[in-house]
Amino acid sequence: MNKLVEIKGVSINFYTYEGVVRAISNLDLDIYQGETLGLVGETGCGKTVAALSILRLIMPPGRIESGQIIFYSNGDKPTDLLAIAESKIRTIRGSQISMVFQEPGAALNPVYTIGDQITEVILLHRKQELASKALITLDKLLVERDSLSTRLFRPARIIQRRLYQRMSDNPGTRLLGFVERTPIIRRFLWRLEKEAEQIAISLLKEVEIADPYRVIKQHPHQLSGGMKQRAVIAMSLACRTRLLIADEPTTALDVTIQAQILELLKRLKDEIQTSILYITHDLAVAAEICDRVAVMYSGSICEIADVVEIYKNPLHPYTRALLAAVPKPGKKLSAIKGFVPDPLDLPTGCCFHPRCKNARDICKVKEPIPVEITPGHFVTCYLYDGEKLENSG
Amino acid sequence: MKGLKFFFYHIRRNPLSIIGLVLIVTFAIIAIFAPLIAPTPEGQFDSYMIPRDGYASTPEPPSAEHIFGTTQGQYDIFYGVIWGTRTAFQVGFIVMGAVLVIGILLGSIAGYFGGIIDEIIMRITDIFLAFPPLILAMAVTIALGPSIQSVMAAIIIVTWPSYARVIRGDILAVREEDYIEASRSVGSSHLRVILRHVLPNSIYPVFIMASLDIGAVVLTAAALSFLGLGVPEGYADWGQMINFARNWIIGTSENTFAYWHAVTIPGLFIFFFVMGWNLLGDSLRDILDPRLARR
Amino acid sequence: MKTLVETRDLKTLFPILRGVFRRHVADVRAVDGISLSIKYRQWVGLVGESGCGKTTLGKTILRLLKPTSGHIYLDIAEEIRDKISELEVSEPTSKAYKNLRSQYDLATFSGRKLKNLRKLMQLVYQDPFTSLDPRMKISNTLLEPISVHRLMNRASARERIVEVMDMVGLTPKHLPRYPHQFSGGQRQRIAIARTLVTSPQFIVFDEPTSALDVSVQAQVLTLLEKLKQEQNLTYLYITHDLSVAETVCDTIAVMYLGKIVEMGDPTDIFKTPRHPYSKALVLSTPIADPTRKRGRLVLPGEVPSPADPPPGCRFHPRCDRATDECKAIEPTLQAEGGERKVACYHPLD
Repeated sequence: MNKLVEIKGVSINFYTYEGVVRAISNLDLDIYQGETLGLVGETGCGKTVAALSILRLIMPPGRIESGQIIFYSNGDKPTDLLAIAESKIRTIRGSQISMVFQEPGAALNPVYTIGDQITEVILLHRKQELASKALITLDKLLVERDSLSTRLFRPARIIQRRLYQRMSDNPGTRLLGFVERTPIIRRFLWRLEKEAEQIAISLLKEVEIADPYRVIKQHPHQLSGGMKQRAVIAMSLACRTRLLIADEPTTALDVTIQAQILELLKRLKDEIQTSILYITHDLAVAAEICDRVAVMYSGSICEIADVVEIYKNPLHPYTRALLAAVPKPGKKLSAIKGFVPDPLDLPTGCCFHPRCKNARDICKVKEPIPVEITPGHFVTCYLYDGEKLENSG
Repeated sequence: MKGLKFFFYHIRRNPLSIIGLVLIVTFAIIAIFAPLIAPTPEGQFDSYMIPRDGYASTPEPPSAEHIFGTTQGQYDIFYGVIWGTRTAFQVGFIVMGAVLVIGILLGSIAGYFGGIIDEIIMRITDIFLAFPPLILAMAVTIALGPSIQSVMAAIIIVTWPSYARVIRGDILAVREEDYIEASRSVGSSHLRVILRHVLPNSIYPVFIMASLDIGAVVLTAAALSFLGLGVPEGYADWGQMINFARNWIIGTSENTFAYWHAVTIPGLFIFFFVMGWNLLGDSLRDILDPRLARR
Repeated sequence: MKTLVETRDLKTLFPILRGVFRRHVADVRAVDGISLSIKYRQWVGLVGESGCGKTTLGKTILRLLKPTSGHIYLDIAEEIRDKISELEVSEPTSKAYKNLRSQYDLATFSGRKLKNLRKLMQLVYQDPFTSLDPRMKISNTLLEPISVHRLMNRASARERIVEVMDMVGLTPKHLPRYPHQFSGGQRQRIAIARTLVTSPQFIVFDEPTSALDVSVQAQVLTLLEKLKQEQNLTYLYITHDLSVAETVCDTIAVMYLGKIVEMGDPTDIFKTPRHPYSKALVLSTPIADPTRKRGRLVLPGEVPSPADPPPGCRFHPRCDRATDECKAIEPTLQAEGGERKVACYHPLD
């Protein structure tokens, strides 16, 4: 499998008035094409920050201290998302990499209709395509010369045709930029909006919304949580995205609706061939939908493996404890002792050592490095570091 | 202790608040030590009446005897502005205090109980808010006769409705919070819930509004005095003094600024007083709000 | 086993007022005829999705909401309960009926009687971030129930709250702090401590762990188990998570749109659900085991509005076994042998 995103050595700090929060330290993570990677961890472990960093959406007081995020989009050469210009990354956000957030209501603007919001994304990124479609309709209209209306509108349509032709060849020209921004002239581009709306309707059908023509005209508050989340998923898939980052998209939804959304995501992933980075704190949901699972604790990854492997053979003490704490029918519940560490005051060495039954002296001093136990199964723990221990003494 | 540390951290980030604090403290000192700074002449009973040095109408420029000069009617400006500081604080605090009491009382009853009580109280505030504030204040002072008390009464009447509304709005929000219902579930009476839970959580915005408004209150009092309504002639009040200087704003034909002292000095006192409270109120808002928002 | 809490045909309807004249056009039928019996020291789970009325039911039992009709009993002998039900049918307007009700039926209580109830029945809220007054120290929050009921003098009150903090695994040094200085799990413990201060008999938990992480949830559930044993408590545990209910509850009731559709032992219901909705819930609940393929039943459609429930069996529009009978007449809860009850004309096997 080919790599899609390679996160290398990323560290992110937040400078708050109470002190410096080390949200992520030295994160290494690979996302492959066509896979669903689960990022599992509890509140405060840094998973949302990691996701936002891929889209470079970290705002002050947060600062990306170091690292690279290499993005391999098809055809183009690999780009470091943390290094490229703001204008370039804006072309990637929403089109090649998009995000679905936890609160379905929060990602939607309450004063605009669903249609407006989906077409906004399409208009931003698929202009050439829209222009070409508009051209086809226009050409058909321009051929007729008989009726009064066609003759009346002809001059306007010819101007439109010029514009659309220009746009489908090269959407970035200054003339077009000017036309797009000027209030009255910009109405010439209304056909783009119409085409975008058609695409929006087909997207809503894709996400199994029953009556897209009605939903397009509705406002977010008129929809239920499940439908809102579907609309948001439609928005994120509007542009044939390569990577969909889903940040706990079903946590706020009922169990049956969650099941529907998970099925939807699985189906869409196969159809569109996109990768999904699925962030959750719910191990059960991760087992449902993910191909590989990475477990995070206090800003770094402690274990990553194939989904079947990690549930069958969890190696890291935290992974084991977490699995034991998940309520499973027929199994006794056991809790992890201690509390998640205060991010302002992280323990030295391995962050988990205060709560770990097998903690040794070296765990308190130095952070362990990931070791591959079986192919694809990495653990960051001194328990599995036999030979390395000997070397460093 | 943590609050203090937060306070200083914030002050460091916003130096304007220090200016506000300095200004207000200066004025407070002036007000407290007024009898020492500008002693009342022997035999004069009411310290708030400005002593006159003669009866000529033309203002006299500053001199050794009258540090800030005199205004129309030979009232000593220095005495006037110093004791005027006391008046300003009096008006500001008394009016604000009364407005807060009335506003919080009515606003919390309306907000907490809702229903018909809410409707009635809100219609009453609507009635008061329907009048242009200055006109209503003028009407009240005319009706009650010229005195500092009627000025205060007028401004109280004009200002309390907005506070009642603001508090009611905040209480409507707080009322729905879980911990309010939790307190009721433990068995608390309505009164207990209002006093111990609802008010402490909703009252801060009103205090901030109040500190920003003290300046406005003093300005309104000054406006009333300027219009000749309100304090009796000769009373030590900044607005009064500007009233006296009304005819002397444009000086003589040779020198337009001949009588600058009569207008400018009381004006500057008003200006700095109001600005001090505004800056203080701003910084109060910044201190209290992000702390709430952060949590 | 003796019954501690019982509701009979409990209904809580919220009127919908439309128009300038606030006309009563319809009701939100949040709780629409629930008869639930909770025995001493039982851990009863109330399972359902959002909008089914489970929170409303919990709050109605605690009289935080006034029921529209029906009876609620706390620790009342069976003869009296039956007598009241009898009188309700035979002579509902008689003085005897009204007297009995005002004496024993919580649904009629008000004023002082209601206040006394608060000592015996308590609620733990879902969101630990808003259920504690942010401007009150924890010590004061815990002291409040004691001072409201004037239970003890100051010294004993202080001792009591230290005792209660210890029960939930926190120390006295936490007392002078404010809620924002604690994590979600700790705040939930404080909320639990607040309910224990007056030594109640019955605690209702409204989804107490849905805002918490999995490991914290495990800690809280273990704590609840311990407290139940030590303090002889009876729980009504509201949740939407069937796996949690199966792990900790002695018996569960599945709610849909204001009614109970199935009741019984949680493990049984999980293995062999009889009501189609229970089955949908079971199949929709994710399990932390990627090898378990359960044959997905994805429930079509959405939950109808409780203001306008479908006629007959409320589940029929989404049920693939619905017949004309289901669409016309509402099924009642039928006992199926043992503790199991189902409200369905065509239950699954």
